[in-house]
Amino acid sequence: MSQTVTEAPATTEPRGGKAALSEGKKAERRLGLLLCAPAAIVMLAVTGYPIAYSIWLSLQRYDLRFPAERQFVGLDNYVAVLSNSYWWTAFGTTMFLTVVSVAIELVLGMALALIMHRTLVGRGLVRTVTLVPYGIVTVVAAFSWFYAWTPETGYLANALAGDGAPLTEQWPSLWIIILAEVWKTTPFMALLLMAGLALVPDDLLKAASMDGANAWQRFTKVMVPVMKPAILVALLFRTLDAFRIFDNIFVLTKGANDTSSVSMQTYNNLIKGLNLGIGSTMSVLIFITVALIAFVFIKVFGTAAPGSDQGGKR
Amino acid sequence: MAEIVLDKVTKRYPDGALAVSDMDIEIADGEFVILVGPSGCGKSTALNMIAGLEDISSGELRIDGQRANEKAPKDRDIAMVFQSYALYPHMSVRENMAFPLRLAKVDDATVKQKVEEAAEILDLTQHLDRRPSNLSGGQRQRVAMGRAIVRSPKAFLMDEPLSNLDAKLRGQMRTSVSKLQKQLGTTTVYVTHDQTEAMTLGDRVVVLRGGIVQQIGSPQFLYDHPANLFVAGFIGSPSMNFVPATLEEGVLKSPLGTITLTDRVRRLAEAADAPREVVAGIRPEHFEDAALVEETHRASGATFTAPVDVLESMGAEKYAYFTVEEELATTAELQELAADAGATDVPGGGSTIVTRLSASSEAREGQQLQVWFDADRIQLFDPSSGRNLTYSG
Repeated sequence: MSQTVTEAPATTEPRGGKAALSEGKKAERRLGLLLCAPAAIVMLAVTGYPIAYSIWLSLQRYDLRFPAERQFVGLDNYVAVLSNSYWWTAFGTTMFLTVVSVAIELVLGMALALIMHRTLVGRGLVRTVTLVPYGIVTVVAAFSWFYAWTPETGYLANALAGDGAPLTEQWPSLWIIILAEVWKTTPFMALLLMAGLALVPDDLLKAASMDGANAWQRFTKVMVPVMKPAILVALLFRTLDAFRIFDNIFVLTKGANDTSSVSMQTYNNLIKGLNLGIGSTMSVLIFITVALIAFVFIKVFGTAAPGSDQGGKR
Repeated sequence: MAEIVLDKVTKRYPDGALAVSDMDIEIADGEFVILVGPSGCGKSTALNMIAGLEDISSGELRIDGQRANEKAPKDRDIAMVFQSYALYPHMSVRENMAFPLRLAKVDDATVKQKVEEAAEILDLTQHLDRRPSNLSGGQRQRVAMGRAIVRSPKAFLMDEPLSNLDAKLRGQMRTSVSKLQKQLGTTTVYVTHDQTEAMTLGDRVVVLRGGIVQQIGSPQFLYDHPANLFVAGFIGSPSMNFVPATLEEGVLKSPLGTITLTDRVRRLAEAADAPREVVAGIRPEHFEDAALVEETHRASGATFTAPVDVLESMGAEKYAYFTVEEELATTAELQELAADAGATDVPGGGSTIVTRLSASSEAREGQQLQVWFDADRIQLFDPSSGRNLTYSG
């Protein structure tokens, strides 16, 4: 229904463009642009300018320790970063952390969402309890994990690690980082998925059980496909977030033993190393990767961009 | 194909609310049974219990002689059509219709054949590869029917399947549902709040009120012999007129005048031990313009004269509306019916007498008209219990 309503103006409007617009239409369009202008200007100031400036910096040799040697070097910084093994190790680690933690979060988040959706008694309490980890500051939570995994004083280290110090080895560290990430952000995933569950009409599940589907088939063949747009949005948000992982690593390992992420590397070069050129190059590369991930989600998987409600999908 | 028996089936919710109380219905193999009643009467709950979507609190449900209370919906081999159609939005029409067969692990060739057969019957062949969102309401409704018929279930359950269609389409679909059911000969339980659907579709109609079965019978029987005030008021459109009356020695005093009851009616009323105060009910079609009634026939009825408020000419007949001076009969049943019909929202909607006159009547709005009515067709009801005092089932 809504489709026909929204499509109607498109067909009646002449395709000729500006020339065909009446005076009234023109005035309306001008007013529209004027009304959008303040928001557009603010957006440009706070995002457009920094992005452009980073790109500009990334094309220069610019190290604050040697400010005199500043000069335009074209894509030399990109060559330097992309041919560096530290970058690629960090990139691989980040990808690994992203994929594994988001996958675990999806499964756990879905389970939590189903529990929250189905809870009949104490719904408010269940939801609050589920959301507690999301309400804790990441750095605080990361320190709790850090102390818990510290040998001698940490209860997890004492209970599970024996004599070892898990945060001094690569793989144990990575799994602890994943654990901290999953613990922290699963509630967010659950929240987004629960919104998606609300989109599945009860009648549809009833119809499926009449059609002979058992609980698992109702879940996989009806619930998941119908809430797919919500799942994709949740995955997109979490993937973009996870790829920029910083605080957990910073607190837990400081990037030691090849546990550094791309954001850690950027921080090390840009803030600690004061190398504005290389650091900016790395942040531009992260920006491009994140944009690529978003592009793939939206174009390949058909995720509806947040805010654009496609009525025809349901 | 199956017979369905509800044996003292009761649904009580955890909060104590009683949705369905001691429902006894025997539905024969191949029968088309309608559950009808105003909203909240428990008809959908009853259907959901047959489907297995709601638990039965007490009593027994037997499908083909076997107790089915504890069977999961998927094991009952019953198909259901929902008011919202409940089509899977991510599947094409073909996939929607094939879904129950795929779940039953039917081989591809059979699935294809059965889906195409069903599509043929429902005239959906050219829409098989479209998504439900691109279909019209009537087409979606047919897809929902198709999904029900493909697997030849033991029974169809339909929960107000036509309510979301516009009036004209509803009429057409009503006919095709009826035809389809006869063609397939599958036991069908159909829930509706629309008495027209109930009258036209079913072999038998079950009238429900507040979770209690009021009467079960063929549509015509319910129309001619309602067991109580509720059924009388619910079945028939426009509905029966009710006036308060006093019964004395076979003479009825009512706002429509003093009426001498016919022997038949009087005997029935005496046998039922009728009280002095009664509610008299007359259907609109038992009135006639007195000028058109032959002299010989006139004696078997009574007349009253009143100004015509509104006259609706339908072509083949005329509906004349009169306002009576005195209050019309009001009982709990009638108030509930009026509320369900939305009459309480219309000012003065409750004190009108509706009469159906021949098209040749010369009645005019605002003019006095002498109206005759058939005294033998008057039905008398007990105002306290609602019981039909002239019931002759």
